[in-house]
Amino acid sequence: MCTLEKRGHVYVLTLTGSGEHRLNPTLLTSIRSHLARIRSDTASDPNRPAALVTAAEGKFFSNGFDLAWAYSASTSAADRRRMTELHRRLVADLVSLPMPTVAAVTGHASAAGVILALSHDYLLMRADRGFLYMSEMDIGLKISMVDYFDKVLCAKIRDAGTRRDVLLRAAKMMAREGVRRGLVDRAVEGGVERVVEEAVKLAEEMAMRGWNGEVYKKVRLATMPEVWKVIGEEEGEVAQSKL
Amino acid sequence: MCTLEKRGRIFVLTLTGDGEHRLDADLISSLRSALATVRSSPSSSAKGGGGAALVTVAEGRFFSNGFDLAWANAAGSFSAARARLGSLVTLFAPVVADFFSLPMPTIAAVTGHAAAAGLLLALSHDYVLMRGDRGVLYMSELNLGLTFPPYFMAVMREKITYPRALRDVALRASKIAAKEAKERGIVDRVCGGAAETVEEAMRLGEELAAKNWDGGVYASIRMSTFPEICRAVGLVEESDEQKQNKVVSKL
Repeated sequence: MCTLEKRGHVYVLTLTGSGEHRLNPTLLTSIRSHLARIRSDTASDPNRPAALVTAAEGKFFSNGFDLAWAYSASTSAADRRRMTELHRRLVADLVSLPMPTVAAVTGHASAAGVILALSHDYLLMRADRGFLYMSEMDIGLKISMVDYFDKVLCAKIRDAGTRRDVLLRAAKMMAREGVRRGLVDRAVEGGVERVVEEAVKLAEEMAMRGWNGEVYKKVRLATMPEVWKVIGEEEGEVAQSKL
Repeated sequence: MCTLEKRGRIFVLTLTGDGEHRLDADLISSLRSALATVRSSPSSSAKGGGGAALVTVAEGRFFSNGFDLAWANAAGSFSAARARLGSLVTLFAPVVADFFSLPMPTIAAVTGHAAAAGLLLALSHDYVLMRGDRGVLYMSELNLGLTFPPYFMAVMREKITYPRALRDVALRASKIAAKEAKERGIVDRVCGGAAETVEEAMRLGEELAAKNWDGGVYASIRMSTFPEICRAVGLVEESDEQKQNKVVSKL
């Protein structure tokens, strides 16, 4: 599922195992509870150095929602809505986390997995393997974009051509292209461990800048008001999806 | 403080002296009256007078290092200091409004460091030229434990559009030199030293003034381009009818 460890001042959240790390309610809840732990850990002292790295084992960072589960006979529409709602709340947790966040995209990221990665302040990606891919167009209309997906994409991708390629062309973007087009901060040579190492190093650097966590969070939210408007609500089914 | 002169078609606004050109109540008031003079001058009117442009330059090592925090902190208590800083934030918003509604093209010749409100001053211009040999752009707020006033955020969001550039400026408190600033879309041009920067800014000013654009139309288009900023600093958007009138009067 996922584990949480501490390296120096950096919390490292790892999606474990060699699978696709499909985001179903179980995994989403697990990730959220780790983030809640981090939040309660740091609540008493917002000036204490801290940062988050989210990483994954194996060939995939996350291949998106668990569609096999979502469309199995035993899954209801309400279950599907719960899954997207949990994902929405996870994005809200991440963008309101009172510390710098780094996504170590160690493998393929698709759809909801791309949104997960983009919900971090910094994005490091493995150079030679793995791509970012909004798969919705390719898999047809069974799934369409969840409401806040496009808010996150629009906040993080301002270039019109790149938006078109990512959303309307279902482009598969590898690390170096991601860097060129402004989605990725750094393409890291080497394997999964190297990417995580670099991510932890960057996170530690950010943690040691001495920023107040609450101020940091407020500044981050101010850079993406449209996103927060849509996902910031506590209650209710804000995530309108066609699942 | 600051001086205003006219060289040909160019209004030149100079932040004078060797200091940090800290934005205190006096300098802010001085800027406002200079901009009022520019606005009311016949050549900037929409009555078909010749085109004009405004170039802002600074003497010394700094363009502007932001609000006068020393004055704010001398208030005696934490809350009094906050109140003083708040007053400067409030006083400065109309300066930003003046720039965004100025009826002529504006060019900032960033001849030295521009930090916090000083960077905001630069970003309030249509064109930003920066010396390449020295000086950085820097939003210090995160390092000082301060959040941004909403109109600061609006200017940054609408003027620094690459998400990772905005992240680095606001959320990383990066100090960015000219070359990187150009790559990240924050400045238009990297010049040589201070003198070259001013020269190029003047030349660009001349080029733009020679287009003889109607100042009222220019301001109106600029405000439509940055609706969020205008809303944040209290610039009322024109009605469609007012915009129509500007079109009709030219036809």
